[in-house]
Amino acid sequence: MMDAAEASKKLEQELGNDFQGITSFRDEVSVQVSSERIKEALAFCRKTLGFDYLVDLSGVDNMNEQPRYEVVYELYSYEHGCHLRVKTGVDEAEREVPSVVDLWPTANWHEREAYDMFGVTFKGHPDMRRILMWEGYPYFPLRKDFPLAGKQSEMPDVAFSDSAPLEGGPFVTSPTSAGTDKREPRSREFDS
Amino acid sequence: MATETAPAAYDSKIEGNIIFTRLDAAINWMRSNSLWPMPMGLACCAIELMATGASRFDISRFGAEVMRFSPRQSDVMIVAGTVTYKMALAVKRIYDQMPEPKWVIAMGACASSGGMYRSYAVLQGIDHLLPVDVYISGCPPRPEALLEGLMRLQGKIAEENSLIAQKRELLEEIS
Repeated sequence: MMDAAEASKKLEQELGNDFQGITSFRDEVSVQVSSERIKEALAFCRKTLGFDYLVDLSGVDNMNEQPRYEVVYELYSYEHGCHLRVKTGVDEAEREVPSVVDLWPTANWHEREAYDMFGVTFKGHPDMRRILMWEGYPYFPLRKDFPLAGKQSEMPDVAFSDSAPLEGGPFVTSPTSAGTDKREPRSREFDS
Repeated sequence: MATETAPAAYDSKIEGNIIFTRLDAAINWMRSNSLWPMPMGLACCAIELMATGASRFDISRFGAEVMRFSPRQSDVMIVAGTVTYKMALAVKRIYDQMPEPKWVIAMGACASSGGMYRSYAVLQGIDHLLPVDVYISGCPPRPEALLEGLMRLQGKIAEENSLIAQKRELLEEIS
């Protein structure tokens, strides 16, 4: 039986300098891999290390950081019973990562969702369309610079959208160890 | 112009098998007691809608048990759940396919106002697209609340000037 630490060590040996670091938090192991060799790294995880299940694939927008976007692969091995999280940065100008549909067919819809919400395209994906919003919707709503209330858009005979009245919101909780009166959701000002 | 449409008094000892009433009142009585719903179930409110149709709450006590999945056979659209922008025009299209006279019940917080979804994806109340007759609060409303809403709608229908409205439409069509 192999655990996540062992798996990440093997991955590091395989990738060398393109293995950009490992973090461990509450027994969850995350490894950072360069965007050039992410496909190779994931193929290695799938074929050699035996991570046969892609639990989730998601996008992250770290606005004002370089690189801006991130794609996170949550892997699991039924054989070894261990999880491994693989992350890779995605450049804002390129916004492209290789698709892993050929490794895990379940990635198909996950990648479409990441594309729909963040505008990150997946090279080699068999059907790179939006999955939740309609074709022709002009925005990528989970980006940090997209307002929570939404934006006005119009696609005749397909769909339209409008911005929602927030009535003083968004109402946001503050992470603090103080009592609930400090923690509970309140309308707060944001620097945008 | 308000017209009195309350049903005439009926005394079985005097009138026997003959009932005198106003045509409006008779039409409204028939309409309001056999409302065929179009169950526009879009979210968890639809589960309460199903419970309302099932044996414990039994919507057929109010003549509205004939759930029609074809809009062309239904009288009242019960919009039960969150109307996303992606679904909004489909709901409108189904409403347009329903024959007159037709009514709309906005069931629950989401259908009435967008509810807790102040977001880019959700229409902020179906009344942006359809003329709503009855709003039902709750998230989701209990079946009793839906029945109450249905009874309110029946009360509303009973006060309509159906014949006058029909006549006016007919005259407009002819002229």
